[in-house]
Amino acid sequence: MSILVDADSRVVVQGITGGEGKFHTRQMTEYGTNVVAGAVPGRGGQEVDGTPVYDTVAGAARAEDADTSVVFVPPAFAADALLEALDAPLDLVVAITEGIPQQDMATVYRKASETDTHLVGPNCPGVITPDEAKLGILPGDIFADGDVGLVSRSGTLTYQVVDSLTSRGLGQTTAVGIGGDPIIGTDFVDALELFEADPDTRAVVMCGEIGGEDEEEAARYIGERMDTPVAGFIAGRTAPPGKRMGHAGAIVSGSGTGTAESKIAALEEASAPVGDTPEEVVDRVEDFL
Amino acid sequence: MKLHEHQAKEVFADAGIPVPESRLVATVEEAAEAAEAVGYPAAVKAQVRVGGRGKAGGIELVDDADEARAAAEEILGMELKGLRVDEVLVEAAVDFVDELYVGVTMDRGAGEPVAMVSTRGGVDIEAVAAEEPDAIVREGVDPVFGMQPYEARKAVYEAGVDRAVAGDVASVVRTLYGLWDDDDATEIEVNPLMVTADDEVVAADAVMNVDDDALFRQPELAESAEATDGDNLEAKADEYGFDYVRLDGDVGIVGNGAGLVMTTLDLVDYYGGAPANFLDIGGGAKAERVANALEVVFADDSVEAVVFNIFGGITRGDEVARGINEALTQFDEIPTPVVVRLAGTNAEEGMEILNTDLVTVEATLESAVQRAVDYAEGET
Repeated sequence: MSILVDADSRVVVQGITGGEGKFHTRQMTEYGTNVVAGAVPGRGGQEVDGTPVYDTVAGAARAEDADTSVVFVPPAFAADALLEALDAPLDLVVAITEGIPQQDMATVYRKASETDTHLVGPNCPGVITPDEAKLGILPGDIFADGDVGLVSRSGTLTYQVVDSLTSRGLGQTTAVGIGGDPIIGTDFVDALELFEADPDTRAVVMCGEIGGEDEEEAARYIGERMDTPVAGFIAGRTAPPGKRMGHAGAIVSGSGTGTAESKIAALEEASAPVGDTPEEVVDRVEDFL
Repeated sequence: MKLHEHQAKEVFADAGIPVPESRLVATVEEAAEAAEAVGYPAAVKAQVRVGGRGKAGGIELVDDADEARAAAEEILGMELKGLRVDEVLVEAAVDFVDELYVGVTMDRGAGEPVAMVSTRGGVDIEAVAAEEPDAIVREGVDPVFGMQPYEARKAVYEAGVDRAVAGDVASVVRTLYGLWDDDDATEIEVNPLMVTADDEVVAADAVMNVDDDALFRQPELAESAEATDGDNLEAKADEYGFDYVRLDGDVGIVGNGAGLVMTTLDLVDYYGGAPANFLDIGGGAKAERVANALEVVFADDSVEAVVFNIFGGITRGDEVARGINEALTQFDEIPTPVVVRLAGTNAEEGMEILNTDLVTVEATLESAVQRAVDYAEGET
């Protein structure tokens, strides 16, 4: 089992004719993902590497029975593309695009909260269920099938942790990159709920970072509602207040909210051990299994 | 992107929010003239984009031209939290009976804007928020409808603002929301919003942060960002398109992806070193980009060693290795030891390609960081 995506997911790629969209569609297809359509306004009727392109997401969903979208549309047009995907409707929308203005995302978030669609991202590496399907830009070959769930705000940090998991024989059910922006569709609690309900996920790794209070909320959920053990990692212990550390969302406010200390303390309080290094997180997962 | 106080005040004044009379000047003599023009008492205020200027000695009250000269002499050229003060705003001081706080920001958890009003203005509002959260009234706004008049009124009355000025304060709150919305602000606040004995309200300070990701549709604000102050290295990194933050330590850091770079910083600290910077080189790592990143890191005199940590996803390790070799051969003398760790796609090929006359290669993130910390401490 897995969460969000599997071999049966029927995927439409928004922005499939762009450089990134085209390249990653090829990579996703090679991995085994069932990409059934592309959606690009004005390009309906064309094909990209044999995949039919439609003018609208609704048209692609209707004609190809798509239930999932991956969005590679540039930031200035991405919010509109996300609203279109949410309206199609689909089960899952994964927004890879980085740099979507916050106010646009506030509107998208409002729309997403009125639908049953799972929105993942934006500014995320995607979602992968090893050996079944990958949505996004994750490097498929570091992942292996297994029983550890992973949820992370950061792309390359995910790769770092997955690489150690896999090299120590700990495969994954599904890995979800939820994205580094202040406003994201799926937060830690949403992903943890899905892992908790998945019988095959026997342990979860959660990679958080400074900024916001998502990790603290996740800690509350872990403490009160979760049976599946969770090991955590928090990036940004050395980040100074008031400085944005790359991700738009990774910033400690002047009042001290969003600090690594607060997140680590909350997780440990919830009996979710936090590693000082990525390797230590994998040690904790080994302890669980 | 944070606007200077004088820029934010101009935006506020154009939108109809009352601000004190003021002049922006860059020399001591101009400051004295400006003080004569705006009248006494006047405030001489450092224009640097950091909070807590008053406490740090960047704001002085003056009562005559000599005092204005002395204050400008002291403030111009001083460093506030690492930024040099090039300009001061000379402003008529407001005779107030009350100080309020009003602001609009994004509530990340709720995914919607929130307006905030408090009668506890004039002090560090974040300390108030931490110690007495109830002293700040928060009103969430549905971004699709925009702020309704009643929402502004509700926040103002519930905060306990005096009825005599409540209408004017609510109007300021609505104006701030309008600016927040129109100008793609992420944070906008007035602290303090002063109330005078005649029941007038005046914005004595102005804070406005604009979403960097929205500057493409805010050309005027983007232009004002170019008149930048502060750290030359940060400006240079910005020019090259890197996310860069300068820190106090001596271990330079280059990596890809915000989370992994932050983790590298944390590991430097964990192993007893001190990170000199955060630098996210982003996707791909062609020779030119690698060279630019190293140029920025080496330009920081305090750097004693550099750790270069790349996890290749779509980026291939062999390409990165060639980039590093090529970039480093461009230096006559490599200023500090460079430790490289490559992982992910084609990492093994990459490690073999790396020229070990130029760099030290380490197999894991942990060992690479430890080695760089050792180098920075002078061990070889």
